Amino acid sequence: MGAVAAKLEKKQFQHGDVIMEVRNLTKYFPVRLSFIQSLRTDDPPVLKAVDDVSFDVYKGEVLGIVGESGCGKTTLARTILRLTDATSGAVALEDVDIMKLNPLEMKNLRRKMQVIFQDPYESMNPRMDVQTIISEPLRIQGLARTVHEARDVVSSVLADVEMIPPEEYMSRYPHELSGGQRQRVAVARALALDPDFIVADEPVSMLDVSIRGEVLNLMLNLSREKGVTFVYITHDLATARHICDRIAVMYLGKIVEMGTAEEVIRNPLHPYTTALIGAVFVPDPTHRGISEVLKGEIPSPVNPPSGCHLHPRCPYTMDICREAEPEFLLYEGTHQAACHRAKKARG
Amino acid sequence: MALLEVRDLKMYYRTLRGHVRAVDSVSFDIERGKALGIAGESGCGKSSMAAAVLRLLPANGEYHGGTIVMDGEDVLHMPEEKFRQNVRWSKMSMVFQGAMNALNPVHRVGEQIVEAILQHEEIPREKAVERAEGLLDLVGINPKRFGEYPHEFSGGMKQRAVIAMSLACHPSLIIADEPTTALDVMVQAQILKAMAELRAELALSMMLITHDLSVIAQTCDSIAVMYAGKIVEYGSVYDVYGNPVHPYAMGLVESFPNIHAERSAVRSLPGFPPNLLAPPPGCRFHPRCPLADEECMTEEPVLREVAKPGHMAACHKAEIVQQGVGIWER
Repeated sequence: MGAVAAKLEKKQFQHGDVIMEVRNLTKYFPVRLSFIQSLRTDDPPVLKAVDDVSFDVYKGEVLGIVGESGCGKTTLARTILRLTDATSGAVALEDVDIMKLNPLEMKNLRRKMQVIFQDPYESMNPRMDVQTIISEPLRIQGLARTVHEARDVVSSVLADVEMIPPEEYMSRYPHELSGGQRQRVAVARALALDPDFIVADEPVSMLDVSIRGEVLNLMLNLSREKGVTFVYITHDLATARHICDRIAVMYLGKIVEMGTAEEVIRNPLHPYTTALIGAVFVPDPTHRGISEVLKGEIPSPVNPPSGCHLHPRCPYTMDICREAEPEFLLYEGTHQAACHRAKKARG
Repeated sequence: MALLEVRDLKMYYRTLRGHVRAVDSVSFDIERGKALGIAGESGCGKSSMAAAVLRLLPANGEYHGGTIVMDGEDVLHMPEEKFRQNVRWSKMSMVFQGAMNALNPVHRVGEQIVEAILQHEEIPREKAVERAEGLLDLVGINPKRFGEYPHEFSGGMKQRAVIAMSLACHPSLIIADEPTTALDVMVQAQILKAMAELRAELALSMMLITHDLSVIAQTCDSIAVMYAGKIVEYGSVYDVYGNPVHPYAMGLVESFPNIHAERSAVRSLPGFPPNLLAPPPGCRFHPRCPLADEECMTEEPVLREVAKPGHMAACHKAEIVQQGVGIWER
């Protein structure tokens, strides 16, 4: 356990270690209207999936982005990878603004940034064997012309994801692998190009709990041993607390709180984070009690509430919450939050 | 006498390649007003067991023995018509997995509850409507929304409506199969809180089937851990979570991250569950078990009492596990 404990030691990050800067990023989706409706309105409604989000990602960290479904976390992931174009704002990977690159430059940059998708059953071609799946990015990027040329790389990344001996797995097809093994192949595929930056979008939510640990610990090991940066998108605050260095909490397209995992979980500043932590069930019958849960469900992002988006559900709503949008302020350490009540408490 | 007594229940699926032993010699009790949680990985047979208890088998499902006794009456061998009239829904009802699909999209939500009542009781329609409105109110839905269609409800409200429907005929047992799996954490907490309050109010028994051990820890009195069609550990939640004696149960409990605990690596159980067409000989868990030896590979362990009265496990090595040795440390 000594080695694992050492890996869990919190990393200290210097400001110079930023690998990705996200500034005022917005992604709006148009809402479909009927022809008559479109004639009647001058200002067509939009769905604000990501609404003015700014943050930094540090080199070698595991950053968790946590929120309920519909909060915009997957859209955020797709936008920072430029799998979809942003409405406005900037995303810089190692000081290169990826929003301004042409398709060829973007293709070259994709070597540095990779993605792991949620569903290991859907994200792999069932007619390709493991070897072909993993070497595909190498062929697309022109680093290997045939599957055989890529063999050494495939073998080494399979070893990296602890599928040993690699030869045994190379010629298997996805249906011959268990869910956990498939997701490890997905990680191996992301590693094949030796990227610096990997976005993992709910990588374990489709897996049985008993094997989630495999994939999560693998991500943690890779970040510590190879210095790969991970952005871990999840709805599960409990796993985020255990593998992330920092956590950002999203609600209705905005980051409402951000800080180290300890800061956010031990001392949440935003009532939404508090409620999210309270809603996580503890696997221990001697600690019973489902604490205060917010009423209702997440409102539609097409017409979000005024002021602070949480105010209709928040137990501490003040007049100002209905009127003004709270600023995203820095509190102690690296702990940031957007809440009028937290600001008032600080004075 | 317990409300529900299941003994040696066997339910296999007939396939071209032989029998899939989804439920293989399973025994358990549910006491009046108590909740039993059934836990296990996907494919371990927990949903098949729910179907078997309710006699809702798919076309290729077959009983291969066992008894199900409810309120002293053998409900497995009674004629289907009698079971449908007197037992299913009126004595035991079910909350299905995925409320989105359990409601009929072209019927009003309230009418679907009324239909469930009128199927089982001969009462005037007005009385049934009145009761349906009361049920909606009970689960926290404004009765004014009686006439709305399922698409006008949010996911959490649909699940509440399905729960209201399961309560329609005042059952004494509710079988809930992954009632909150498709829902967000916040909504899950709301629903489970509402269910706990309802159970206390109506003195309901519950069989809760889920892969999520933390849900069982928070809502159930006892737990049965299933592996490959069999119950491998059974007992009160305090005993099983506090001192698991089967290596599988122990690994499963440890692989659940606790948000309030110190930061630690997330544990996992290496390997995957066996194919139920041809389960391994001896203990079905032996290929994944760090303690397995000759005996485990040949001799099938029986469910026996270990440590405390009522705390059962099917493992040859239960005494070793019981000492709390970190058998999953790597």
